[in-house]
Amino acid sequence: MNANRQADHTPPANKGTNKRGGWIFLASVLVIYAALFVLNPALAEKSTQAFLQLTWKILPILSLVFAFMFLGNLLIRESVIRRYVGRSSGWLGYAFATVTGIISTGPIYVWYPLLADLKNKGMREALIAVFLYNRAIKLPWLPVLAGYFGLKYTLVLTLWMITAGLVEGLLMEKILKSPESGTRRN
Amino acid sequence: MNRSRLREAFDKTNRMFVSALPILLGMLLLVGMVVSILPKRFSHALFSGQPFWDALEGALFGSIATGQPVTSYILGKGLLEAGIGLTAVTALILSWVTVGTVQLPAESLFLGKRFALWRNAISFVLAVAVSLLVTETMALLQ
Repeated sequence: MNANRQADHTPPANKGTNKRGGWIFLASVLVIYAALFVLNPALAEKSTQAFLQLTWKILPILSLVFAFMFLGNLLIRESVIRRYVGRSSGWLGYAFATVTGIISTGPIYVWYPLLADLKNKGMREALIAVFLYNRAIKLPWLPVLAGYFGLKYTLVLTLWMITAGLVEGLLMEKILKSPESGTRRN
Repeated sequence: MNRSRLREAFDKTNRMFVSALPILLGMLLLVGMVVSILPKRFSHALFSGQPFWDALEGALFGSIATGQPVTSYILGKGLLEAGIGLTAVTALILSWVTVGTVQLPAESLFLGKRFALWRNAISFVLAVAVSLLVTETMALLQ
């Protein structure tokens, strides 16, 4: 079973359940909203407005992610992904995930579909964790952080965050590979 | 560029995107609700002044909260001015962007439950550890 998975580089992310799970998730949230409209209409209205504002804000980033996914499907071969962020990518993979994580923009969940696709094509899960951690370093917001807390604090925090991202990647690598917790089971 | 290859890449991306839509939509609805509720419920009385417990409490609050990171900076600055320690504020800022309790269902659906749970758990512990390290480093640099 595992051998087959390794051969086609497809982690056992059960795509059928994922698809159904997505609709169940959306339905559950809609039920919560329906309940909120009955119990606290003002809060429900405020939440709906926040939802609309958020959706409007992330549309450009979603388009960017769509473009990345399209270009990835068109131009990048799985062998290239495996070379730079695959299991034998070593420290180069960590450096790549760190830099791309820092320069990526938008909310974290917008990147999930792209990362899931890269995972299916052979990206190491540890590097997905490194990417997601380094997304916390928001380049456009760094001047604001420095304005509020000072340049020294911003530099210290950023350096510790890059270090923590690497630590997280190494820990995830160990945990997800550990035989007693089930190798690469989701 | 081969036309059929372009078409194939577009169709594949489209399929992936459409299957991701209910999760993204659900996620946005959930985030919209949380950002409307949380700031009101937040209390400054949460923090005790003990660096470790403050870091833990700051990380806990940041894990539940969601929204633009700048919100955590504004909140953090306000807390600092209200006399809350730098450790708690750093833990809040860190976990705000690294731990995603609200995003957990979506992350689990896309990247696997085990991956999502471990990643968030480690990020939480790291938020506490890094906040203590940042405070120590800042004290050393004074």
